[in-house]
Amino acid sequence: MRHLLSAADLDRAQAVTVLDVAEQMAATQRREIKKLPTLRGRTVVNLFFEDSTRTRISFEAAAKRLSADVINFSAKGSSVSKGESLKDTALTLEAMGADAVVVRHPASGAPHRLAHAGWTRGAVVNAGDGTHEHPTQALLDAFTMRRHLVENATGADLAGRRVALVGDVLHSRVARSNVLLLNTLGAHVVLVAPPTLLPVGVEGWPCEVSYDLDATLAGGHGDLDAVMMLRVQAERMNASYFPSVREYSRRYGLDARRVGLLPEHTVVMHPGPMNRGLEISADAADSPRSTIVEQVTNGVAVRMAVLYLLLAGARDLAPAGPPADEVALTEGVLP
Amino acid sequence: MTTTTAGTTWLVRRSRVLGGQPTDVLVENGVVAEIGPGLSAAGASVLDADGLVLLPGLVDLHTHLREPGREDAETVETGSQAAARGGFTAVHAMANTDPVADTAGVVEQVWRLGRRSGWVDVRPVGAVTVGLAGERLAELGAMADSAAGVRVFSDDGKCVSDAVLMRRALEYVKAFDGVVAQHAQEPRLTDGAQMHEGAVSAVLGLRGWPAVAEEAIIARDVLLAGHVGSRLHVCHLSTAGSVEIVRWAKGRGIDVTAEVTPHHLLLTDEEVRSYDPVFKVNPPLRTAEDVMALREALADGTIDIVATDHAPHPVEDKDCEWAAAAMGMTGLETALSVVQHTMVETGLLDWAGVAQRMSAAPARIGRLADQGRPLVVGEPAHLTLVDPAARWTVEPHTMATMGRNSPFRGRELPGQVVATFYAGHPTVLDGKLAGPRPGTTPGRDA
Repeated sequence: MRHLLSAADLDRAQAVTVLDVAEQMAATQRREIKKLPTLRGRTVVNLFFEDSTRTRISFEAAAKRLSADVINFSAKGSSVSKGESLKDTALTLEAMGADAVVVRHPASGAPHRLAHAGWTRGAVVNAGDGTHEHPTQALLDAFTMRRHLVENATGADLAGRRVALVGDVLHSRVARSNVLLLNTLGAHVVLVAPPTLLPVGVEGWPCEVSYDLDATLAGGHGDLDAVMMLRVQAERMNASYFPSVREYSRRYGLDARRVGLLPEHTVVMHPGPMNRGLEISADAADSPRSTIVEQVTNGVAVRMAVLYLLLAGARDLAPAGPPADEVALTEGVLP
Repeated sequence: MTTTTAGTTWLVRRSRVLGGQPTDVLVENGVVAEIGPGLSAAGASVLDADGLVLLPGLVDLHTHLREPGREDAETVETGSQAAARGGFTAVHAMANTDPVADTAGVVEQVWRLGRRSGWVDVRPVGAVTVGLAGERLAELGAMADSAAGVRVFSDDGKCVSDAVLMRRALEYVKAFDGVVAQHAQEPRLTDGAQMHEGAVSAVLGLRGWPAVAEEAIIARDVLLAGHVGSRLHVCHLSTAGSVEIVRWAKGRGIDVTAEVTPHHLLLTDEEVRSYDPVFKVNPPLRTAEDVMALREALADGTIDIVATDHAPHPVEDKDCEWAAAAMGMTGLETALSVVQHTMVETGLLDWAGVAQRMSAAPARIGRLADQGRPLVVGEPAHLTLVDPAARWTVEPHTMATMGRNSPFRGRELPGQVVATFYAGHPTVLDGKLAGPRPGTTPGRDA
């Protein structure tokens, strides 16, 4: 595989490999000197057509710790805001010799187009496109779950684990990527949302659907191992997706009482940025079982793994055969 | 261009009229002069049509020729050349030009451009509302009375969504035997819509265009047409539910006709998984179940006609991300092939049925008196010769249209238009443009 556009691009073996390599990357990040020479001389472009400081700096840190040259190309204040097309921007980056393009775009499918329209030869990494997908977010979420929920994590998937994704599934690229990846890794997924915030066609997804958060948290779909709250934009109420912020919060927000319905071991997750008081209360977000800050940390290791696997050595992202630590360390840069 | 006397007389040898037994057809002075085996005519140009099917010249009720205003996308000249190559002898040009064809002046301009080009009969469609804004009626009577003699009125591209305005338009055009051709799309249900709403849109994260947004308008409009006793035409019907509503309305005796595009007879929303904007169109590509329902409805007469919705766009309007791309596909030069592929080769229609749905019925709906006529002696010689055994690969850069946005690019299709006669003049010979018809088009009905 040359690109990472969708969580569906990864089969089980490839997904586990990414997580395993990410573990090794994370181990290097606990050292005093965090930088690896792996991608020295390679150029990674962060092409961001949407404001997303969190995701951009995560990718930037990942690329820099692999010694890649990083170019940040932000749509705001650039030629893009003067009407330059995605194609011309891509041709410009190609002319500058980008080995990988990390793209965030408000239009679903824009990274797909970038990868397949013949505008650039670089590897394309989808850093979030419209309401489509955000595969590296799903990978870092799976990485975080595996660390908390699976003993002897290396080489393991998430078979049998139960995960609830709660909130605005309709507009969430995080939800789409998570449903696909978690399913690939053997986990059971329950989507919990008001019916207005579920897409028509969700019945074809490999997951269950619930409209009742309390029932689901109380074990209605089996004991949950993780609950992931999705960001909800307050403006959605203006389009009648829900009547008011308060009603949404009452019916679908995670607060201390609802956390109390969960088994001891269940982790509470959120991809950020959070709307405290809307989909998640402060005490839920800050509780000991919350992995929200850790998700951010893990994001760097996972993105290092993705860039490494796409750019270093073999073009194939982890062939299914040999164990990950042999595949990943062809250049012998890791301990 | 042939201007000799011999050029005005053509002997078409051994073609299969409407797919029947081989026979000869003599074309003289713009009309069908003789039909029968073993004809001869001194000085006639002979066209050996062994194995070819002879159809009446095709009539398209729905094209976008882009002129005036978007001559970078298409002109009346290039669009009507594309039509001739596709086997058409008459096309209706939709009103969403710039300026909008909402006055007698603009429709006459388009009509004159068509006459000057001489490749096909170009019939302007008049806008229903001023500027397609959906607020007040355009001067429909003035357009009807103009030299262009407009009979089809449409805000195509936009829906006449206001129920009162739609009612008034339906009523008003009765005075001059006009028809309102509705682009059925409930605007609030389709705000920002990018593709058919269903399983594929859910996965792709593209805003959905639900079938109900089309069906709700069609249901309302057939009831309105029945209530005021008017003629209604439904543009590019695209869903199985719409078929059911039109079938119900026809059963009730409501005067409704409907069209389907070639692309809705073949392609589904699965194509959108490529995110290639060449598949972005309005109404959107639907599901396989819808496609099968549309084919059945075209076969059983619930859907009356095939119309292309030919919508050329400049390359840059498609060479971009999906959301930024323009909606629309070219269709004039692939229509007959797609109909052969989806309807004839599946056994749903014979060639007489194709002629009915691509020539006679659209001419009747558009009130074109001298088009879509039966293939008998004395009728105007608007003729299309198609080689049903030919197979060809669609290559947009070889087409006459300026638009490169064919969704069939790279696809092998059956059936090739070998010759087109427009009022006895060969606009297409050997599958290539031969020349426009000299002089002006003959007098029309209005």
